[in-house]
Amino acid sequence: MKFSGLIFANLFRKKLRLILTIGSFAVALFLFAFLAVVRGAFNRGADVAGADRLVTINRVSIIQPLPLAYRDKIQRIPGVLAVTHNNWFGGVYQDEKNFFPQFVIDPENQRKVFPELKVPEDQWQNFLKDRQGAIAGAKTAQRFGWKIGDKIPIKNISYGTSGIWDFNLDGIYHSERPGGDEGQFWFQWDYFEERMPATFKGNTGWYVIKLDSPDKAASVAKTIDDMAANSSFETKTNTESEFAASWVKQFGNIQVLIITIGSVVFFTLLLVTGNTMAISVRERAGELAVLKAIGFSDRWVLMFVLAESLIIALVGGLLGLVLALVAVPTLGAALNGMLPALILSPTILSIGLATALLVGIVAGLLPGIGAMRMRVVNALRRV
Amino acid sequence: MVEVDGNGRNSSQIQVRGLDKTYRRGGEEIHVLQGLNLDVAKGDFVAFMGPSGSGKTTLLNLLGGLDVPTRGSITVAGDEITHMSASKLTSWRARHVGFIFQMYNLIPVLTAFQNVELPLLLTSLSKSDRRKHVETALNVVGLGERVNHYPRQLSGGQEQRVAIARAIVADPTFLLCDEPTGDLDRKSADEIMLLIERLVKEYNKTVLMVTHDPLVAQRADTTLHLEKGLLVEANEPQQVSGGGAA
Repeated sequence: MKFSGLIFANLFRKKLRLILTIGSFAVALFLFAFLAVVRGAFNRGADVAGADRLVTINRVSIIQPLPLAYRDKIQRIPGVLAVTHNNWFGGVYQDEKNFFPQFVIDPENQRKVFPELKVPEDQWQNFLKDRQGAIAGAKTAQRFGWKIGDKIPIKNISYGTSGIWDFNLDGIYHSERPGGDEGQFWFQWDYFEERMPATFKGNTGWYVIKLDSPDKAASVAKTIDDMAANSSFETKTNTESEFAASWVKQFGNIQVLIITIGSVVFFTLLLVTGNTMAISVRERAGELAVLKAIGFSDRWVLMFVLAESLIIALVGGLLGLVLALVAVPTLGAALNGMLPALILSPTILSIGLATALLVGIVAGLLPGIGAMRMRVVNALRRV
Repeated sequence: MVEVDGNGRNSSQIQVRGLDKTYRRGGEEIHVLQGLNLDVAKGDFVAFMGPSGSGKTTLLNLLGGLDVPTRGSITVAGDEITHMSASKLTSWRARHVGFIFQMYNLIPVLTAFQNVELPLLLTSLSKSDRRKHVETALNVVGLGERVNHYPRQLSGGQEQRVAIARAIVADPTFLLCDEPTGDLDRKSADEIMLLIERLVKEYNKTVLMVTHDPLVAQRADTTLHLEKGLLVEANEPQQVSGGGAA
């Protein structure tokens, strides 16, 4: 590290410029981390979706119902292990800001189809025996400070019989898969059916099908959709991950939007840093020429410029990512469960830092090559 | 012994033979140096004088391996440098040449110590050995007490002393001085010349110096005059029998 003194002395030559350049990296990396976290939240459903699960919805739209009679037909298709049906409830707990997804479930088959969502056996047995029973995801329970045995009043706003529906919290589920959704709220189909409007009876929202092998996904999906073809309730069956991805697409092409913003940010950062390094090298062309005159090779000169650029990228990048580590949980709390958990993963941090360093290298490369190729005699003449 | 007739002894430390340097500017050829011969023995102190554009600095750049001649050869301590690759020339400079510039050319963000240490960073010397060498060099130039001063905290004369310490710290074969007193007042210039004379007399350093100042040139053992690329005059005519165009 005998050259570190020279490198750091040059870095601190213009302190304001250094701070501003590091600040540019910090802001860009913060933005990158934020966008990556949001993108991850939108894609989480697809990421954690089971490869051996299908989702069948009404071909017209997910908000259109499907007949409950389909359940037995689907169950008989070869390759199907279990079928469950879910329905969106969309009630309000205390205040509209307190959003969390509420699903009416088929208790008999829910655990067969979603084995990764674990409920302690005693809690599950209590739930089965309790017509007004409910199971909450661990995150939702923690968010509202719910405990087993609590009464949860939820205002119905989607179905004919308006008013408060009271639930007993009988259990709390955890996801065994990292990043799995622990924000849902489940309650009994029978309780729902008892209070739903007559026009909805005999219907459900969608089916989730557990297969004995992911290889059978295409054939089973086709069989289901063929079975419902030309009926009043035609179906559209996809794998769970395709379903999750198409759900996200309802919000627009988030992925492209986020990648575009991120690319523009990094490209701008590249221009800013490249310009800063070019100015910095131009300002001390004479000094670099002296270094070359006294025996520093062209490669050393390139290395000095690149080292400065990389240090700026590293410090700015780390600063931005640390800021993101602090800010993301705050942002997650502020979103009130509107998105799945915002997770700033080690992968995002690594990609962010690697991208920052790449920008640092590219930004330093052109001025560095210029300095490397600079003729000592010409540069000394300008001093 | 300095000779410019091309008949110098092979034992000369610096041998220049038939040196041409031609630049092209807008289709026109400018012959800066034409068939120059020069022999400089170890411990010689040579001053080059001449009007602007006569090729003094170009000659110094060629001797220091900073530029390549159009024709001719330069041999220093047995090394023919004119055909060396750029990277070899860089290593050669680090070992053999100490540069002293008119504007000192210190790195402003480094202390006197760090500036002097720069050439040693390229060697395999340990940190403690580098420290000893730097302290010795700064003591030779009389700045042993100013090691932690930055260039802006030093006078012009002191800055040039630091530059001289940087030039000698790696014990080069010879020193090239381009107007070393050109930016100094008379008193500081005198101090710098005393120092350079000491390097020649006490440390047997070979010094080649470009200057416009006759008083400074007088301090050298030999003064050679360059005019339009030719060595046309010398203060020791008996030894400078030739020169100029080859």
